[in-house]
Amino acid sequence: MLLETAPPTTRATTGAVPKRPRRTGTLDTVMGIGVVAILLFPIYWMVNVSLQPGGRAVGTSWFPFSPDLAGYATAFADQSTNLVTSLLVASGSVVFSLLIAAPAAYALAQFRLRGLNVLLFAILISQMIPGIVVANALYSVYSDLGLLNSLLGLIVADSSAGIPFGILIMRAFMTQLPVSVIEAARVDGAGQIRAFVSIVLPMSRNALITAALFTFLFTWGDFLFALTLTTTNTVQPITLGLYSYLGTYVSDWSAVMATAVIASIPAIVLLGIAQRYIAAGTTGGAVK
Amino acid sequence: MSTTTTAVTPAPRGVSRSTGGRRQRALQLAFIVPAGTYLALFFGYPVIQNLLMGFQEYTTATFFTGEAPWVGLDNYRAVLTSEIFRRAAVNTVVFTFLSIAGQFVLGMALAVFFRRRFPLNNVLRSLLLLPWLIPLIVSSAIWRWMLDKDSGVVNQMIGAISASNADVGWLTDTSIAMAALVGVNIWLGIPFALTILYSGLQDIPQELYEAGALDGATGRRAFRHITWPLLRPVVTVVLVLGVVYTLKALDIILGLTGGGPANATQTLATEAYRLSFVQFDFGQGAAVGNLLIVVSLLFAVIYLRANRRAIDE
Repeated sequence: MLLETAPPTTRATTGAVPKRPRRTGTLDTVMGIGVVAILLFPIYWMVNVSLQPGGRAVGTSWFPFSPDLAGYATAFADQSTNLVTSLLVASGSVVFSLLIAAPAAYALAQFRLRGLNVLLFAILISQMIPGIVVANALYSVYSDLGLLNSLLGLIVADSSAGIPFGILIMRAFMTQLPVSVIEAARVDGAGQIRAFVSIVLPMSRNALITAALFTFLFTWGDFLFALTLTTTNTVQPITLGLYSYLGTYVSDWSAVMATAVIASIPAIVLLGIAQRYIAAGTTGGAVK
Repeated sequence: MSTTTTAVTPAPRGVSRSTGGRRQRALQLAFIVPAGTYLALFFGYPVIQNLLMGFQEYTTATFFTGEAPWVGLDNYRAVLTSEIFRRAAVNTVVFTFLSIAGQFVLGMALAVFFRRRFPLNNVLRSLLLLPWLIPLIVSSAIWRWMLDKDSGVVNQMIGAISASNADVGWLTDTSIAMAALVGVNIWLGIPFALTILYSGLQDIPQELYEAGALDGATGRRAFRHITWPLLRPVVTVVLVLGVVYTLKALDIILGLTGGGPANATQTLATEAYRLSFVQFDFGQGAAVGNLLIVVSLLFAVIYLRANRRAIDE
């Protein structure tokens, strides 16, 4: 249960799936497609509405028969700066989180030090602390330090999701690294840090990618810190841009849904091209 | 990789004892100092600061004068006697309980379903992750439009089925808004419950079912006597984490209803937000936040104990 970081393909072949040969399950596939169709209908609807001509027509048609990109034009006109902000904050948070989380994960996995248990305990507890509590306290500090409305401030605060998650997922992976390889490198004269950088990190590539992808998604989707730690619209991520559309009476839903589609692109793309890492991350962080 | 490495691991972990004594230990500490510092600054400090703020009159004036007078239990008194707080507390219980129940039952049903072997199983299962991966505020925008009273697709569908004009005020009617919010939150939580429960099911050895079948345990009896007992630790994790996440849910409520109409969907989390960032009474906001922490920590204790047991086993 602990190691989910291996590619799921190995799981499928280790006989975890029931071997019963009875019925090949075409009926089940139909049922499965039905379930997916129902549960993903809202996502379809988002795309559908985003392609409809603007306005607030009663009775949106079920399919965008004559796709209209006006919604996207409005969305890009309104949100392009926010989009850049989101990209910068999310990428910054990935770098920052990995720099902090990877060494800690390695230490938790391979060292025997007093205090490591305290760190692990702190990580688990940190998951229980409501974001609004953190935001409440950070607001005054940020105000004093001039970090409100700054990219740096958002990057560092948003990493509070990625860092604990990254530590847990990378630790689970690094615990499985063969000690013999690391020791061999050290016998050859590599120092602690060199062994980490040139042996451990390359071997942990998959776990690093998983941690990076999720940190990106967490930060990209952050709404609470963006809402509380910014007071002007100079540094405004796309989530907040979308929210400000919702704040008033909405007159142009196709623009709102086009923005929603744009804000969903990272999730959709990553699920498409990096599915095995996503699958590894979904179970890895929780069951610890 | 996992299969080859497990054989090697019994060797002593870590190299701390082998060489170099003190310098070595200092170097090892350097690996955890950044993470430790970060956690202290971004989790430890806020919790302590929040505890203190709960006893202070901490308002916008504080930012100009730098003064936050101590007021003892005034914030808690004000909060606990307010009508909105009582409403929010009841709402939090209702919201959390119904959301978790719904997510768990549907997630479990889907996990059991996806254990069957059929074409496209993996593809379909990973598609179901999508609602979980897109930003919460996106989901709330979608549902806000789908549940719109005048031209939302949900009313459109109901109208088509019942062949009459449906105009349910899903998000604007005080008696229905909570039900709508719970429904949306269940939709959001299904992927998480499904994924964790599915992986828990996959870890139950198939041989147990084969042996059970010989003793006549199939179908429902197999579920009751084999699946359920072995899945219990995973179930605990899903439930407790689900509760903790739901207690602090904010994005989805602010995006869908903003706590309204008339506080019908106000929870402790949104109330803490409202007091601090709408009323700018950070002291009272902190007081509500602290009460929320206490509730979360209660569940955290349950979680950690269950987790320890799961690791021990």
